[in-house]
Amino acid sequence: MIRDIQFDDAGRLRHFLTLEGLAPALLYRIMDTAESFVSVTDRQIKKVPLLRGKTIVNLFFENSTRTRTTFELAAKRLSADVLSINIATSATSKGEGLLDTIWNLQAMHVDMFVVRHAHSGAAHFIAQHVEPHVSVINAGDGRHAHPTQAMLDMFTIRRIKGDFTPLSVAIVGDILHSRVARSEIHALKILGVSDIRVIAPPTLLPGGIEQSGLRVFHDLDAGLRDVDVVIMLRLQRERMSGTFLPSKQEYYLRFGLTEARLRQARPDAIVMHPGPINRGVEIDSRVADGVQSVILQQVGYGIAIRMAILSMAMHSGDAAAAAREAS
Amino acid sequence: MSESLPRLDELLERLENDMRVEIEKRGLSDPVMIGVLSGGAWIAQQLHGRLAIREPLGLLNINFYRDDFSQIGMHPRVTPSKLPFRVEGRNILLIDDVLHTGRTIRAALNEIFDYGRPAQVVLGVLVARDGREIPVQADCSGMRLRLEQGQKIKLSGPEPLELFIISSSNIHEKHEQKLEER
Repeated sequence: MIRDIQFDDAGRLRHFLTLEGLAPALLYRIMDTAESFVSVTDRQIKKVPLLRGKTIVNLFFENSTRTRTTFELAAKRLSADVLSINIATSATSKGEGLLDTIWNLQAMHVDMFVVRHAHSGAAHFIAQHVEPHVSVINAGDGRHAHPTQAMLDMFTIRRIKGDFTPLSVAIVGDILHSRVARSEIHALKILGVSDIRVIAPPTLLPGGIEQSGLRVFHDLDAGLRDVDVVIMLRLQRERMSGTFLPSKQEYYLRFGLTEARLRQARPDAIVMHPGPINRGVEIDSRVADGVQSVILQQVGYGIAIRMAILSMAMHSGDAAAAAREAS
Repeated sequence: MSESLPRLDELLERLENDMRVEIEKRGLSDPVMIGVLSGGAWIAQQLHGRLAIREPLGLLNINFYRDDFSQIGMHPRVTPSKLPFRVEGRNILLIDDVLHTGRTIRAALNEIFDYGRPAQVVLGVLVARDGREIPVQADCSGMRLRLEQGQKIKLSGPEPLELFIISSSNIHEKHEQKLEER
């Protein structure tokens, strides 16, 4: 069970790999902790010394400028030393295996790995093989999970909307291939959101989704009616034509969020997007830059949420090191 | 042992007088006040009006600056620090409830300097007890106190503010007693 490996013997968060199976109390604790980090950026010195002397390695097997940058900034604002390695162009291309890379970095006294990988389960696999004082944070693995993105979205929703339970939340786009959507759905369920909707063409929905307690729509106008939150997903370039969709123009006509379509939602509905945006494919620029868009707020809150998760997981690593020294 | 403590309003008056003398002696113009959450903030709220501080009270949460983070970890629902004034070049009255090891004040000073470089910092505490572990001393205090081994002094509040001494052997007893009083 991934859930079990995420906690140390004392029940503290050690790795952060998935939201599946987590308790609401932990999600609230992460958001509460992030709340206190938001104001750090208002200071003359935008740093706190919590992780001074710790080394965090961003291991990105897949490119992602925004996620990598926010993790890097979060770690630096906690005063950690950060190393970002683009693995695709370094170790593994020289034939070095994944675990060899991990073990070599561990020998350099690394305390935490932030991992993004195209294969589902990669972060979990690494977490199974690191030393007891090392933590692993999943920054997106295959189609499986992107738990920190989901948490920053929950944090954004809570900051603007308050209570989760009465909300109607719609997730629009490529649900089938999206790790963000999977993690969002877990988070929304854990936090007790009563009405979770998915809106997508049938080719971009997983089979049997109707049985999962979600409301499924293939029509954007009908799906958006009276929702409080609209989460737009990025459409990957390789899905824009061919097997899954006729064309990106066709997709935009049926599932692109325009000002007219947004009027189906509540007047105070917010529009979210994990970025980067395909303007004119999944969202119209006037919506992306409009008053209901909170896309840039999401980016800012992403740093606070990642600071919370890094510091919570690092504490468990410290406890493991102390126990090892004592034994 | 708690019977031997002076009344809280008496301690507050002594601290207030001590601070007036220090402000006068140093010639501090237009000082601002910062209370360390949570006990120090309760005391600072009392002193802020009495000393007629012009700007709103600043609140400091030192949790991100603690040197025992690796042992105690993160506190959930940390009330963020709030300094609603510029720190750079200002005269600061830093207030805490009890000065014990000195580590809280060290953390507080580190945090204040992350907001800017103050001109002077005056430390005022309700009680300066023994047990210092680093060289930090109060400039002003309501009282100085030496405790026996295993004893602690604790401020509860904010309404009502109560100061009492507890022994490690009778912590449970004291808690039960306080619950009954309510």
